[in-house]
Amino acid sequence: MTTLDSSKEIQKNNSEVNETHEDFRMFGLITFLIADGMTFAGFFAAYLTYKAVNPLPDGAIYELELPIPTLNTILLLVSSATFHKAGKALLKDKNSESQKWLLFTAFLGIIFLICQLFEYFHLPFGLTDNLFASTFYALTGFHGLHVTLGTLMILIIAWQSRIKGGRLTSQNMFPLEAVELYWHFVDGIWVILFIILYLL
Amino acid sequence: MTISIDPQKTNNESLQPKGWLRYFSFSLDHKVIGIQYLVCGFLFYLIGGSLASAIRIELASPMSDFMPRDVYNQVLTLHGTIMIFLWIVPVVNGAFGNYLIPFYVGARDMAFPRLNAVAFWLIPPSGLMLVASYFVEGAAQAGWTAYPPLSITTPQSGQIIWILSVLLLGGSSIFGGINFIATIIKLRRPGLKLMQLPMYCWAMLGTSLLVVLSTPVLAGTLILLSFDIIANTGFFNPVLGGNVVVYQHLFWFYSHPAVYIMVLPAFGLVSEILPVHARKPLFGYTTMVFSIMGIVVLGLVVWAHHMFTSGTPPWMRLFFTIATAFIAVPTGIKFFNWVATLWGGKISINSAMLFSCGFIINFVFGGITGVALAQVPFDIHVHDTYFVVAHFHYIVYGGTVFIIFSSIYHWFPKVTGKMLNEKLGILHFIITFIGFNLCFAPQHWLGLNGMPRRVAEYDPQFQFVNQISSLGALLMAISTIPFLINVFLSVRNGKDSGDNPWNALTPEWLTSSPPPVENWEGEAPLVEEPYGYGKEISERK
Repeated sequence: MTTLDSSKEIQKNNSEVNETHEDFRMFGLITFLIADGMTFAGFFAAYLTYKAVNPLPDGAIYELELPIPTLNTILLLVSSATFHKAGKALLKDKNSESQKWLLFTAFLGIIFLICQLFEYFHLPFGLTDNLFASTFYALTGFHGLHVTLGTLMILIIAWQSRIKGGRLTSQNMFPLEAVELYWHFVDGIWVILFIILYLL
Repeated sequence: MTISIDPQKTNNESLQPKGWLRYFSFSLDHKVIGIQYLVCGFLFYLIGGSLASAIRIELASPMSDFMPRDVYNQVLTLHGTIMIFLWIVPVVNGAFGNYLIPFYVGARDMAFPRLNAVAFWLIPPSGLMLVASYFVEGAAQAGWTAYPPLSITTPQSGQIIWILSVLLLGGSSIFGGINFIATIIKLRRPGLKLMQLPMYCWAMLGTSLLVVLSTPVLAGTLILLSFDIIANTGFFNPVLGGNVVVYQHLFWFYSHPAVYIMVLPAFGLVSEILPVHARKPLFGYTTMVFSIMGIVVLGLVVWAHHMFTSGTPPWMRLFFTIATAFIAVPTGIKFFNWVATLWGGKISINSAMLFSCGFIINFVFGGITGVALAQVPFDIHVHDTYFVVAHFHYIVYGGTVFIIFSSIYHWFPKVTGKMLNEKLGILHFIITFIGFNLCFAPQHWLGLNGMPRRVAEYDPQFQFVNQISSLGALLMAISTIPFLINVFLSVRNGKDSGDNPWNALTPEWLTSSPPPVENWEGEAPLVEEPYGYGKEISERK
């Protein structure tokens, strides 16, 4: 159980009332991720509706190459596992090992982004070519933005975990757990996106 | 009674400005943030109200003579957007929610105080940006719904500023929603059960669920719309192969729940005010809770009733008609519960009570026209006419704004420790009630006879009824004057109210008025029966 800033202040102010409350930052984060997930749900719903009711003009390219996105799916799934490893290592107070796993996870995220850009540059359609192209770039771009933010956050907590007794320790796991949950969320969104955008 | 707080005990507060200056600071105190929301919202209400007056002046004559047509479009767009996103939603959620919810759950602050302050401080800049867009190249002209292709073909800069501003306000609203959910679920005082919470907590829990589930969809939609405007994509542009109906679905997936986001907190507030001034327990607490949650669930699956004329297939019309009609059931339960709460009570006729009763009358009228509008054949006849305008304003002005005023009269002594002047309050109520009904009741007739909304010019046969409506609008504008005088006089020289002038039992009255910085001296009281009126103190749990 951790106390938050506000409750620490309360303790300072009212010494006769010693109040702590459980840590609900994770609860807030989950609520936020539900909201974020609804944004994606709106995009997915729009994409599927377009697919059902808006026939594409003749000559619009519809077949997508699968190797790169499949590789990307594997990259993200592996990165979820490596992130989990980082958490396990930190729990056993192996900070440097944890940091290595975090850096490896961030590396996988960066590879994902590079692959995504590589795919963008080699696609035969641009943003405004047709409705499918626009939706494709909007969906993958919005997800890519999430991966970018996630990678940056992983790098930040990897930086924080470099010192023993620093901000990220086995006693204060919250930063790592929060970013981990976010990262799993981004992975989950990618799997759905991969299925409906590339496979369906 | 005011309690002076030893400066050494509040070392975190000593870093923040004292007195009125703290309302301009990045304060983390939920009470300060609540007042910030209220006053900021009220200033925008004055702007939105001036725009409404401009609309009614224009419509007093059939020709477009008071302002050019494109300015008229900008005025009605800004009026809608300001009133919804900068007045009703922030005030009825942010202001009263922030002020009351921590008291009701027995906490010292909201769950995430910093997020709370961030959520508030997003509002003034985005609101100013929205108002300022008028001076750039003309504000947005596509109405508060921003339907494409209209929003794509009208001047771009105003529309983009509109989108940015609504995105920021949506973000603020989501942050607030997350905070309320966490506070109500997680920050309850130990021993306080969910079913012992005052009704406003339930209303805010339901509202916040709607905010968290539906606002992000609007955000995503507006991002796509801005791509259509800036990057020339064709999501919603039929010329480029897009689909305007998809925009309407996504937009109303937010904006129908938005109606409940505006009105559910008002349901909660009126459920707090009626028992206090009728000296009776709230009738049917459990059914109230279930009907709020029923409205939340149903509210998410009725959006397409705004789109009966958008080429919706018959099965969709059937489903959404039935689902919409079902919403009348939980709403009706609440209405009868309020009436039953008043029944046989020791009713005190004061401004708070009058505004609440005004709410019940107006709201049931708006509810009935709402059920009528859910029926496809009728809706197709009156779609996009003044009938819809009248219905909407009966819910949002006659409902929510009446409750906002009622709540201000009710909680003013809590915030300031002074009473508002009752004579001016009753005068305010009478002018508002007459003005409101004079303004909007004739619009039902206009709509049924086919006067379209959002058009600056109309058939001269409607002139007389429109002038009655404009007269009502004038009265509504005038009604703000006694209210403002009342507030300014009472803040300075109002009668001292004592800690609990209404002898209310809900937790916020069990501390001093105005409350100390962290709400309670010592431990928060455990109120197991917030509505235990009419019982001896020994009988109360």
